[in-house]
Amino acid sequence: MEVEMMRGKRIVAALLTGLMLLVGSNVMAKKIEIQWWHAMRSARGEVVKAMIDKFNASQDEYVVVGTNKGNYDEVLNAGIAAIRAHKQPHLLQSFEVGTQTMMLSGAIYPVYKLMADAGYNIDWNDYLQAVLSYYVNDKGQLMSMPFNSSTPVMYYNADMFKKAGIPMPSKSKPMTWDELGSILQKMIKAGVAPAGLVSAWQSWTQIENYCAIQDLPFASRADGYEGLDCVLEFNSPQVIAHIAMLKDWMKDKRFLYGGQKYQGPKAEFIAQNAAVYIDSISGIAKLQKAVKNFTWDVAPLPVESWMAHPQNSIIGGASNWVLAGHSKKEYKGVAAFLAFLAEPEQQIFWHKQTGYFPITLNSYEALQKEGYYKEQPYQEVGIKQLNRAVPTKNSRGLRLGYFVQIRNIINEELEKVWNDTKTPKQAMDDAVTRGNKELRSFENIYQK
Amino acid sequence: MIKRSIFSNPYLPYLLILPQILVTLTFFYWPAFDGLINSMLVSDPFGNYSRFVWFKNFIALFTDFLYLKSIGITLMFSLATAITSMSLGLLIATLANRALKGKAIIRTMLIWPYAVAPAISGILWLFLLHPSYGVVALAIKKFLGVDWNPVLHGGDAMVMVIMASAWKEISYNFVFFIAGMQAIPKSLIEAAAMDGASPFRRFWNITLPLLSPTLFFLMVMNIIYSFFETFGVIHTMTQGGPGGSTNILVYKVYQDGFIGLNLGSSSAQSVVLMSIIIVVTILQFKYVEKKVQYTG
Repeated sequence: MEVEMMRGKRIVAALLTGLMLLVGSNVMAKKIEIQWWHAMRSARGEVVKAMIDKFNASQDEYVVVGTNKGNYDEVLNAGIAAIRAHKQPHLLQSFEVGTQTMMLSGAIYPVYKLMADAGYNIDWNDYLQAVLSYYVNDKGQLMSMPFNSSTPVMYYNADMFKKAGIPMPSKSKPMTWDELGSILQKMIKAGVAPAGLVSAWQSWTQIENYCAIQDLPFASRADGYEGLDCVLEFNSPQVIAHIAMLKDWMKDKRFLYGGQKYQGPKAEFIAQNAAVYIDSISGIAKLQKAVKNFTWDVAPLPVESWMAHPQNSIIGGASNWVLAGHSKKEYKGVAAFLAFLAEPEQQIFWHKQTGYFPITLNSYEALQKEGYYKEQPYQEVGIKQLNRAVPTKNSRGLRLGYFVQIRNIINEELEKVWNDTKTPKQAMDDAVTRGNKELRSFENIYQK
Repeated sequence: MIKRSIFSNPYLPYLLILPQILVTLTFFYWPAFDGLINSMLVSDPFGNYSRFVWFKNFIALFTDFLYLKSIGITLMFSLATAITSMSLGLLIATLANRALKGKAIIRTMLIWPYAVAPAISGILWLFLLHPSYGVVALAIKKFLGVDWNPVLHGGDAMVMVIMASAWKEISYNFVFFIAGMQAIPKSLIEAAAMDGASPFRRFWNITLPLLSPTLFFLMVMNIIYSFFETFGVIHTMTQGGPGGSTNILVYKVYQDGFIGLNLGSSSAQSVVLMSIIIVVTILQFKYVEKKVQYTG
């Protein structure tokens, strides 16, 4: 009898729970769902989740569902597959090298248009121009919303500088490459540092950013912004001279090659095998975690002595693309979410938690006012480097097809310089020839 | 008398193998056919622009000196990996087969590395051999004065990826070799020993010929392994570098297709890869198999 009773109770309970779930989901269904596929994991993923939760709690019309689809490559591929199957999310985060592919996809709703259609009157001048300009079209209209942006800076081992009696580099005025060369020579000769400079992401830091800062073209047609028929131009005498200088520095260990990515170079810097380390500002968090036994600091990237007014550096990172094919109602929600993310409060939170740049000037100013950069002087070096000049056609960013392949080619050819297989000129010429072949086959796709 | 089952319904056998055929069709023939079509297309990743170009993608590949070089690198890498892992597997199996104490433990422990995924194997070896943070690399640089630098020198990088790839296959080969050795009748070896054959002679004239089916099977498996599954090792250790010196075919397919989104070229490369494997397997069955003795 008792068992029977129990079972009866259980069935009732199960039915009730089912009913509640149904009612609950009905309430949920009233909210419009916005799907956002992104590449932010672990610590950054938590920050993203916190921002989404805050947006969802701030209003009751929309509900943003963030999904991590893996790393940048995986997110882009997931997005492509979804677009082909007509099951695309509303928002897709894509890394900066995928910009050209996304722009030509025919599957996007340009952000400037979305915001205007949804009735937002945004003053784009209030945004950090060096960040915005990476994602504008040839008419200067914003195609995707910048999300996480970083730029390379120069880290240095402050203890080694002190020991060698070298004054600390300025946080806003960049030193010249010649100055860096003689500083490193001094340190190595004095036995203070086993080696001088290591650099992560060599294509991005030593060629792409080198061109931008020195206002040299990386490719014709305004670095590709103005047409698919652009050709690579980074085999200019200045770039070749820069690579030749680094190669020359290898002889007396002023330059140490640590690999294409960041792991090797970072390890050399942390082990105090190298005095200076060039990497993205996202390295700040990594060094804060890993370095315990010496003090380090951040300075802007070196510039050439003939460059009296160095340009801004260019960014790396990713932006959010709005994908076409959804309803007007849903786009209102997407616009509301993007506007929410651009609010100073969110930008400040994002910057403090991840180190990525705030994208609006007023959030930057708010951070200055509250004294954040007095506490965290590291964090301002990158922003100042980005903001020191109005971006030119050479420093807006790069808009190239098959950019991933081109970066691979550059990496390969540079490695051939480092291991004595090719001269700097030969390698840069070959990289341009091989890269142009990629550009032509990319252009060929879009010729109808 | 040979036992034979005969189905009363002539359609039943087909029905019974239908699931297997369906699985093979959907997961093998369909994608392979799709790849074949794609290899003759020039298209953007979204499928908005797509043109049929016949064999242009293939012509582009075979006129590219670097692609031909990548084929050469792959062949060398595969052969070196297969030979290293098979000879070491055989050596260890011979030793383990003779061990008297703790046979079971030794064998179990020798099998373990096979459970390690190639990508993890790559990471483990990188922690030993990376010039910036590898324990062994730092030691040989310091104590032996060897300028070991796989980040800079192609040869060092090649040695490193071969070691990492061969390492985990040794276990696999070991398992098969030891199973093969146990199937060899003890009486044969004992008889030879009584006739005064040295251990080496016994191995060379009795064990090895009787192992030949295993040897043959493992050769096919190892070549296929080193062509395809070593992707994880390359991806975690060198990403094809330095200067493209470890850029094996399967890694190039991934880089051009998945990361670079050049679907036409990467499909053409997969078709080439598939053809190479088909040819290698046919050659092995045609020429090498003739020398294999299946019965003792």
